[in-house]
Amino acid sequence: MAKKSFAAKIRNEYSQLLVPLVALALIILFNLFRDPGFFSISLAKNNLGNTVLQGNLISTLNGASELAILAMGMTLVTAACGGQDISVGAVAAIAGSVFVKVLRGSAGVTPLTVALGILGGIVVAMLFASFSGTLVAVFKIQPMIATLILYTCGRSIAYWINGGATPTVESPIINSIGSFIPGIPIPTPILIVIVVGILFSLLFRFTNLRLYTQTVGINQGAARLNGINSVGIKLLSFVLLGGCCAIAGVIGVSRLGLINHETLLLDVEMDAILSVAIGGNLLGGGKFKMSGSILGAYAIQALTITLYAMKVPSTDIKAYKAIVIILIVAMGSPVVKEQMNRLWKKLAGKGSAAKFRREAA
Amino acid sequence: MENGVVLSMRNISKSFPGVKALQNVDFTLRKGEIHALMGENGAGKSTLIKVITGVYPRDAGQCFVEGIDGDVVIHSPEEAQERGISTVYQEITLCPNLTVAENMYIGRGKYNFVKWKDMEKKAGALLDSLNIPARPKQQLGSCSLAVQQMVAIARAVDTDCKVLILDEPTSSLDDKEVAMLFKLMRDLKARGVGILFVTHFLEQVYEVCDRITVLRNGELVGEYEIEKLPQVELVAKMMGKELEGLSEIKSSDKAVDSGTPVYQAQGLSSSDAKPFDFKIARGEVNGFTGLLGSGRSESVRAIFGADRVTGGHVTVEGKPVKINKPFDAMKHGIGYLPEDRKRDGIIADLSVRDNIILALQVMKGFFKPFSAAEKEKFADEYIKALDIKTASADTPIKSLSGGNQQKVILARWLLTHPNYLILDEPTRGIDIGTKTEIQRLVLKLADDGVSVTFISSEIEEMLRTCSRLIVMRDRNIVGELRGGQLTQDQVMRTIAGGAE
Amino acid sequence: MSRKIIALVVSLILVLGACSALAEGIKVGIVNNPPSESGYREANVKNFEEVFSAENGYEASTFYSLKNDEQLSAANQFITDGVDYLLISAAETTGWDQVLADAQEAGIGVFLFDRMIDADPSMFEAAVVSDMANEGDLAVSWLLDQGLDEYNVIHIQGAMGSDAQLGRTGALDAAAADGKVNLVVQQTATWDEAEAKKIVESVINSGEKFNVIYAENDGMAKGAVAALDEAGITHGVNGDVIVMGFDCNKWALRELLAGNWNYDGQCSPFQAGVIDEMIKTLEEGGTIEGLNEKGQIINEERGFDATAITEEDIETYGLGE
Repeated sequence: MAKKSFAAKIRNEYSQLLVPLVALALIILFNLFRDPGFFSISLAKNNLGNTVLQGNLISTLNGASELAILAMGMTLVTAACGGQDISVGAVAAIAGSVFVKVLRGSAGVTPLTVALGILGGIVVAMLFASFSGTLVAVFKIQPMIATLILYTCGRSIAYWINGGATPTVESPIINSIGSFIPGIPIPTPILIVIVVGILFSLLFRFTNLRLYTQTVGINQGAARLNGINSVGIKLLSFVLLGGCCAIAGVIGVSRLGLINHETLLLDVEMDAILSVAIGGNLLGGGKFKMSGSILGAYAIQALTITLYAMKVPSTDIKAYKAIVIILIVAMGSPVVKEQMNRLWKKLAGKGSAAKFRREAA
Repeated sequence: MENGVVLSMRNISKSFPGVKALQNVDFTLRKGEIHALMGENGAGKSTLIKVITGVYPRDAGQCFVEGIDGDVVIHSPEEAQERGISTVYQEITLCPNLTVAENMYIGRGKYNFVKWKDMEKKAGALLDSLNIPARPKQQLGSCSLAVQQMVAIARAVDTDCKVLILDEPTSSLDDKEVAMLFKLMRDLKARGVGILFVTHFLEQVYEVCDRITVLRNGELVGEYEIEKLPQVELVAKMMGKELEGLSEIKSSDKAVDSGTPVYQAQGLSSSDAKPFDFKIARGEVNGFTGLLGSGRSESVRAIFGADRVTGGHVTVEGKPVKINKPFDAMKHGIGYLPEDRKRDGIIADLSVRDNIILALQVMKGFFKPFSAAEKEKFADEYIKALDIKTASADTPIKSLSGGNQQKVILARWLLTHPNYLILDEPTRGIDIGTKTEIQRLVLKLADDGVSVTFISSEIEEMLRTCSRLIVMRDRNIVGELRGGQLTQDQVMRTIAGGAE
Repeated sequence: MSRKIIALVVSLILVLGACSALAEGIKVGIVNNPPSESGYREANVKNFEEVFSAENGYEASTFYSLKNDEQLSAANQFITDGVDYLLISAAETTGWDQVLADAQEAGIGVFLFDRMIDADPSMFEAAVVSDMANEGDLAVSWLLDQGLDEYNVIHIQGAMGSDAQLGRTGALDAAAADGKVNLVVQQTATWDEAEAKKIVESVINSGEKFNVIYAENDGMAKGAVAALDEAGITHGVNGDVIVMGFDCNKWALRELLAGNWNYDGQCSPFQAGVIDEMIKTLEEGGTIEGLNEKGQIINEERGFDATAITEEDIETYGLGE
């Protein structure tokens, strides 16, 4: 009995992750079939003389960092508000611009100024996000409409912060944020994703963020009658997403030591929303699994890297991406899930019947 | 197949993970009869209906339909309809912004009317023949609920309908509307339609039905002719035990005037409730009664701060307090089980466990989550205490039956150990067994010193549990009854205004 | 309605502008795209501000918009105000017939710069434009002059279909078709630096050989170089990989000066000087010469080689700061 309920628990809790995991597995298998050495990892010395890890696996994990962080925040907003923030790229550009502005405005790039810059970026991004959040939570505007405002004007604001097309900042500190910390062979953005992930899990461990967010997302009226401040929870989800945008923006800037307000994390909002969807989360809000979204982000990135490696012509790449994504999303659709469930039950039913017969005999 | 039988289900079995919903159930429906399907929540009524209409595939058993040779397998409600089996559900599933005629014919493959006039003519004829008081061109939303229900039935029986399944059609109708519906059912019966009728109201069963099939825990108890099964025996068969004298459970009158009231409001008003005075003593069970729309729910919502509070003075245990939102009320030891369980009570996708701990967790605070072990303990304790039937504490609450959902919400508030608990229609749509359990629970709470406000549409139930009744009419308190005044007759007269 | 409001706002701005510039000079009205459009535009606007200044004997009013109809309203207003010359960088190539006709009737000389308009050459004095293809040719011929044994090129394209992309891609495609270079990969990064880095990373991970990075703007070249740095591949002067970019941002030219990159090409945003000379010629009663059959003067493009660039070049031709 206990064993059975444990199995049921596993199925309840983790069946949601099946889709992104299968998607990832298929992409990986496809690549292994195509090129057995695709995921080989090697050590090399970079131009700064550090020993670093290299390979497509590292590139995938590294390249998906910003997306993974944004997907985490997007999951929360989706769960609480039943809608998506389409301004994450623009807000990240604003935060990145603030980061660059602080660094260029101060005498030199020191750990202190970098910390100040990151803090400034986070604060500003949270302010902008809470603007969107207020429209959603207080004025009850649909999230996509509310965030359309910043989606439209956010990059202009980012331009206005620094002026100029592509201001640059050069420093070993910036390089160690966007590339490698001397002595550590793993790309720093991967480490940052881990840190953000840990922060979120601590938040879920030591606060009721998950319970409140899900409750508000599922039944706002009932949440209120149980004493939950749903406006506050929605606002909080946006503020946390703002923080994620800032971190993603800082990573994006640090990778190259340059901010291009027009292209920094361009179109990332669609990928972030897609990550949430691939992760098996309901875009209408309610129950969520952040790990699903993170896996979704890596699946998208793995797909992109695969297409690059296959040298799919640049003009076709988006079409191929779309096809694969349709497949993944269809895999997670209720209709297909229902069919899979039936199949599963059939198999399980046969298994237990056989077991029953054995026991009877 | 027996002569005169339109539908025969034999040895039907159906199970879901962890639950055997139906085991070897037989069900026979004859031509021109109204047949009640009775059972407590979880007895298997809904499952049986869904098997008949092809929503669920059956695991085992056979199905015979008049005019079709051999075992019939139905895969979908549409297919069921083609075979002459139509269903009208509790919630009306028509479009209120279309006309009556459109609602009757649109979306049905057979009727691709080119001319609206033809469609309206046909609809009018059918409505006339069934004595349904609706005009074809009328917008459906402008009809009363009962008429909408009847239009849904008209839509269902228009095709060669042999079997009509009515799933709790009367739950949101008043007495007059129920009478209208029953007349329609008798008309259809006279035409030879076999009607399967599901309801919680025993009186209605005895008013209109010819036969009763009773299910309990997914098994067939038996099929009875109505004259041979007195009401008391029916209840006993549904519950599987001899009925205890329900009327014996009666709270003792607690003197509300002595001592400090647990809760007192003066001139309390909200966006939805007119100013009113109210107080309740420790361990008292009082009730708010009145017709639907009399303001009884709005008043208790104002007490809990559920609507925007616009004025009034409130004291809890004699101390003045401000209650502007539910959280304030919760802090002062007040709990509230809302009238509409689906809309305001359950968090559908969350587990039974999360639904139970929710209110206590919110009171404890955002930054102080319970450990997994604590949650487990709370949930298990109350699942056991209230005998909540669920596969596990992890099961989403939405997959529980209505009565068990209600118990979960009740557990949620009991867990907060309230000083004052407001229960708005806690027994609506719940089987008799659970009803009695909840009534007993209320009285036990009162014995333990909890004050309870109890609201129910069934006056009898309130008379059984409450020691004081506040009667409302047109959003005003029009009387307060206690002691010897607590008779059905007196309550009725006060509601109607005859007592003044 | 909105058009009226735009016209009103435009006229208000122009009146204020006119009031502040009371000095007698040649009156020019400039219709341009806003400097926030790109680094290129920023340099372009700055160039016009410097050349058409009061010190140089001009009384200039400027209007910026990305929208054609707003630009048209502004141009009409300039004609009404009686400017001597109208300088236009149009948002769209069509819709300008009436404005050009009105200007001609009013005896106003029209110069087009940077962007062409679909109109008969007789309707304007001259058009000073860039030849995107020329820019690409310049870069590719520089590359072929490097005398490498083989050219294995990673080609990172800009947003597909844009003028700059077409011009910069065309020349390289032609060289590849002639078998002079081998394109290891040709992908668009839609001007996105981070995407460019991913593309180069993927080639490095695949182990394929390459010795040239041809990125269609500076940002993408920087992204590509970041990938090289992480992989420990040397680049620039005396490096294993030749790095080529476009746009000539100051920071990019500094990379050239430091020897990290090899080449940076430019589509020159500096058209004001040429127009200034032509206006001066007209004012002195002369005629403009050297126009092609479309009425154009092709602006001179530049390409910088890391081995030859100087601080002075960076200050003179570099965009941004």
